[in-house]
Amino acid sequence: MSGRILLRLVAVVYLAGLLVLPLGMILWRTFEHGPWPVWEALTSPYALHALWLTLLMVVISVPLNALFGVGVALLLARGRFPGKSLLSAIIDLPLALSPVVVGLALVLAYGTSGWFGPALQALGIRVIFALPGMVLANVFISLPFVAKEVLPVLREIGQEQEQAAYTLGASPLQTFIRVTLPAIRSAVAYGVVLTTARVLGEYGAVNVVSGNLEGRTQTLTMYVADRFQQYDETGTYAASVLLACLGVAMLLVINRFTHKGEAR
Amino acid sequence: MASLRSWRALGTGTIVVYLSLVVLIPLASVAWESASGGWEGFWSAVTNPQALAALRLTLGLSGAVALLNAVTGTLIAWVLVRDDFPGKGLMDAVIDLPFSLPTIVAGLTLLTLYGPKSPLGINVAYTRVGVLLSLLFVTLPFVVRSVQPVLQELDRSMEEAAASLGAGHVTIFRRIVLPNILPAVLSGAGLGFSRSLGEFGAVVLISGNVPFRTQMISVNIYGLIESDNVRSAAALSLLLLVLSALVMLAMDWVRRWRWGHER
Repeated sequence: MSGRILLRLVAVVYLAGLLVLPLGMILWRTFEHGPWPVWEALTSPYALHALWLTLLMVVISVPLNALFGVGVALLLARGRFPGKSLLSAIIDLPLALSPVVVGLALVLAYGTSGWFGPALQALGIRVIFALPGMVLANVFISLPFVAKEVLPVLREIGQEQEQAAYTLGASPLQTFIRVTLPAIRSAVAYGVVLTTARVLGEYGAVNVVSGNLEGRTQTLTMYVADRFQQYDETGTYAASVLLACLGVAMLLVINRFTHKGEAR
Repeated sequence: MASLRSWRALGTGTIVVYLSLVVLIPLASVAWESASGGWEGFWSAVTNPQALAALRLTLGLSGAVALLNAVTGTLIAWVLVRDDFPGKGLMDAVIDLPFSLPTIVAGLTLLTLYGPKSPLGINVAYTRVGVLLSLLFVTLPFVVRSVQPVLQELDRSMEEAAASLGAGHVTIFRRIVLPNILPAVLSGAGLGFSRSLGEFGAVVLISGNVPFRTQMISVNIYGLIESDNVRSAAALSLLLLVLSALVMLAMDWVRRWRWGHER
């Protein structure tokens, strides 16, 4: 019995020391002088712009990866072709790669001295140090989430209902909308939440490709790092807590989905 | 059915183009750039003393993170499954926090308690301990969430039988529980290792980027990019990419072993 209490104590102390107390401390530091400095820091033009840019990244990258994820999952679950396991490995790769490597890869492909640099420049399109590059970075690092959630569901439901719909004369699009989509809906939603959380918190890859220009290509995570380096405590903590709140909101949504899954 | 076939062809084509533009071509350009200086260029970039020190530190800390996570993660999972006390639900809920917090916030959060203005008088800023702490913070859920469901499913009659035959707690854990959860522990620890290899956001502020002391390989590569030494950055990136891919392969192997194990 005393062994059990010792284990419990170790677990509680570890979690408190690593997680709970530091989080409590950052909250306390943020609101030490009341809510007004925090409000002022968050409504400064650069902070607002960074928040807007972060949300823009979510709005563009998440739907792209949701469509891609469903498509890839369909292909992997229903298609038969050589190189299937290679495709599945490539899709998992972004989770194992360092964000800095991802950023560098995009710069080398799309930067002014990169592979497509001269061609893009001739067309007058700027990718690196601009929005398109930042979207590419976010899409890259959050690529697998939707596919990874949808694929097992597609495998589990099998093809029988889809085949039945075809036999009854439904077109592929009708079959997808009426038969497949309802079955994978909650898996897609769960994947979308995970993708959103990842994009909200992305720092390394976007930092490399964006050039980190204050008020122009600076997302909220970069704004946090920038404020920290400028010794602006209030700004750092206010933006951190805002990001943490967005993250926790995502976590709550995720938990709702998992509990729903358990109830089934 | 011809129509289904054309949908499939369209879908496959779009996916191939998307993957090529976002992932494959950029990664190929890393390999190309790191090869452009020839073998000697590549070799001198990866054997640069500062890069080697960063690589050694990264591997060492990632190994330490994997080991520590294996122990603490298993312990936390055990407490969550087998113990019962008020506040356990809350404890279960906070485990996922590191995954939903941006990594840059993770490092800063630790600095408020263990940084220069620490109310405890502990300052780990710009030290290896600080880097280790932030890696432990961001990798915390891996082992817990991988071991927890396996422990939940574990049939307790074996443990009860062992206990009735006079086995002590340690013997029961070592001979019965551990063999059953080992694949889950390994895959969780492997995920933590792989994550630590490339982690950037959580360590960049807390490490202070001191060459030969606290500089991780990702931060080293970032510095090379900033100072326009793209070729060396590409060489080290390629090396890190290969390492990550190897870890992925090993994890896949563990997963297959685990699958065989659980049937």
